[in-house]
Amino acid sequence: MNAIHDLSLKALCNALQTQQLSAREVALHYLDRARQHTSSQAHLASGMATTDLNKADQGSCGAFLSLNEAHTLAQADLSDQRLQTGQARALEGVPIAHKDIFVTQDFPTTAGSKILAGYRSPFDATVVRRLSDAGMVSLGKLNCDEFAMGSANENSAYGVVHNPWDMTRIAGGSSGGSAAAVAMGLTPAATGTDTGGSIRQPASFCGITGIKPTYGRASRYGMIAYASSLDQAGPMARTAEDCATLLSAMCGPDIERDSTSLDLPSEDFSAYLNNDLQGLRIGVPKEFFAKGLSDDVRQATQSALDALVRLGCQLVDIELPKTELSIPVYYILAPAEASSNLSRFDGVKFGYRTKDYKDLDEMYQKTRSEGFGPEVQRRIMVGAYVLSHGYYDAYYVQAQKIRRMISDDFQRAFSHCDVIAGPVAPTVAWKLGEKSNDPLSNYLADIFTLPASLAGLPGMSVPCGFGEGQMPVGLQLIGNYLKESQLLNVAHRYQGVSDWHLQRPGSPA
Amino acid sequence: MSLTLQEISRIGELAKLQMTANEQQSMLTQLNSFFDLVEQIKSVDTQGVVPLSHPYATVADVALRLRPDVVSEKNQREANQQSAPEVQKGLFLVPKVIES
Repeated sequence: MNAIHDLSLKALCNALQTQQLSAREVALHYLDRARQHTSSQAHLASGMATTDLNKADQGSCGAFLSLNEAHTLAQADLSDQRLQTGQARALEGVPIAHKDIFVTQDFPTTAGSKILAGYRSPFDATVVRRLSDAGMVSLGKLNCDEFAMGSANENSAYGVVHNPWDMTRIAGGSSGGSAAAVAMGLTPAATGTDTGGSIRQPASFCGITGIKPTYGRASRYGMIAYASSLDQAGPMARTAEDCATLLSAMCGPDIERDSTSLDLPSEDFSAYLNNDLQGLRIGVPKEFFAKGLSDDVRQATQSALDALVRLGCQLVDIELPKTELSIPVYYILAPAEASSNLSRFDGVKFGYRTKDYKDLDEMYQKTRSEGFGPEVQRRIMVGAYVLSHGYYDAYYVQAQKIRRMISDDFQRAFSHCDVIAGPVAPTVAWKLGEKSNDPLSNYLADIFTLPASLAGLPGMSVPCGFGEGQMPVGLQLIGNYLKESQLLNVAHRYQGVSDWHLQRPGSPA
Repeated sequence: MSLTLQEISRIGELAKLQMTANEQQSMLTQLNSFFDLVEQIKSVDTQGVVPLSHPYATVADVALRLRPDVVSEKNQREANQQSAPEVQKGLFLVPKVIES
């Protein structure tokens, strides 16, 4: 048998169900790997002694922020009992790690921010609970951009995440820890969140598969809010098949706890994985292939489209004319919501409080200025400005109107096609530090993921080749509302005729 | 359009963020280049377009639910306060706000 970390989630699940492997031995194997890839500043995030964590040697990609081995092993032992007594649940004993934006009772939760260093939540996020209820074992918490604000995972207060394919490059963001951990085989699966591309872009940059469902499919309860009308949770794993299994466990109505949760029954997103693609219409937006798209990404994306044609799909030219506008629209709406959401961090009920202050106002100001990083402060400032008297209509309301026009454009496109395909990002992962002093250049690189986020449509990234520097390229698939099964079907059939998703960093080419 | 240092200072106060003079200056530069990018939205004709708040409302009626205002949680005061900076007798401590 292959090493445990080479097994797909499905194979691992089978090995556990047939008791060829125990949940404990699987957990120990992954914990051992996770320990070697904690962030250099994980002790600050978790309040753990450095000796309990690896002292960030050269090879660490910085993916993990906290571990709680006693808890992980207790969960694994419980799974072993169930496996031995015929009470196994669907994903019994399979490990998963969570983006540190989901609150957890048994691990600290920081959202990658100093303002939440060592924070302990009194409850588990619904997504975390649903996955535990399906039998999954939590390995720990994963690094991310502070409050999920970033496209490079360079905005974490606890260090950058390195790309496993080239440690001098970014892993992408904001779910950079999740993507790197899956790519390195530190966990068979991870949770991520996507506000403007934060699942799809790091998945693409790290050569793994990730899906963001329709807005409202996954509960936002216990997911630390960045931009509430855009935030959506989703799974990140190696294959579309694994993502389908995970997504089915994650999603479902949470009527009492999330007012934006869609009141629709849970679905088995694996049901149509093997459907024939004959006659399926794939919409190719011309705006996604315009100038600005680098040649290597264009080539890999085009080869993937050719492969879909060989599978029986038919390519249809479509237009998404407001693609470029999605950047200003997103970067008005998301900061506006963030400035409101982040007002709760005031040094009173939880988290960091400044040391010296003379009155309440100074306590608020110093706490927030010392606790939030520069990108978060920038977005709070932008948000407060566009919501302020005299600017609200010109910026916020205008952006909300264009948001509807962008969504309507998608509906027009979907009258000509079933699924939309294109690149995830204009380039492969760039070098660490290359854009870190230029926030705008980071924003511009989000151009292909923002439209589907604004429209609340399901979207995914599927490995489709390698570009400059032998870095992975992802194919973006966008579906209409509630069509996650169809996206996963296309992705699974594509993975049946390609092997990009099977490549591993560091393995001989 | 161009923001001024006064506006940066006012927004900073509203957002409860303290900035040194240098930080205000660099915030001003960054926000101005950001708003240069954003200006293009003003020329889009949006007459008659209804703002979209819940994206799924593009295709279906979405009503944001309210639930009855009743106690649904058991008392978890200790768990809720375990990460508070300063607590005394189950109360959150803040600097004095009402002068005697």
